[in-house]
Amino acid sequence: MNIETKFFGEVAIKKEDILIFEAGVPGFPDAQKFVLLPLDADLPLVVLQSIEKQELGFILAYPFAFKKEYSFDISEEEKRALQIEQEDDVVAYAIVTLKETFQESTMNLLAPIVINTKKKFGKQIVLQDSELYPLRYPIGLEEGSAK
Amino acid sequence: MLVLSRKTGESIMIGDQIEVKVLSVDGDQVKLGIVAPKSVKVHRSEVFESIQEQNKEALATPSDVLEKLKRN
Repeated sequence: MNIETKFFGEVAIKKEDILIFEAGVPGFPDAQKFVLLPLDADLPLVVLQSIEKQELGFILAYPFAFKKEYSFDISEEEKRALQIEQEDDVVAYAIVTLKETFQESTMNLLAPIVINTKKKFGKQIVLQDSELYPLRYPIGLEEGSAK
Repeated sequence: MLVLSRKTGESIMIGDQIEVKVLSVDGDQVKLGIVAPKSVKVHRSEVFESIQEQNKEALATPSDVLEKLKRN
């Protein structure tokens, strides 16, 4: 099927690639179906695109590329909600807020997007320890091996 | 909304596993103690609101930004 996207115009997607966000995304509780689209850039980024609302397209970063020691626990409740059976099924991303330059941009480490790639469920979870990881982590401080 | 009056040291139960206790009251500041199972997340509501705001801000990314990224 084809969908209208924020960044790439019309894109063909496969039905089996659709991710279900049962609770939507905070601020957008009605958007429940998304796909991940690769970004044609030399950066560890992808786009989370709503298949129903064209304007709902978030740029996500692979957080470990920018903050190596980033880690968090997924609660039992969230494991159930996402039907997570093993750690390997899970991928975590951070929503990026792009500014004029990439170095000034930030990513949200407080509320990562967690995706069960096997069962195709996703959720933006809020980490309990809000002191440890900020809502606006400067992305310019690249630590990992990416680029 | 259910409204309950409580004094310092008194508490309420939400279901049979969550207890909210008034620890102290000082002017307009109330200190609450919360006992809940680990699976229940407790946040100040500002945290959740700030995440909603941040998501909206992230969406304000202009759609031509990718071209810019590629050039960098």
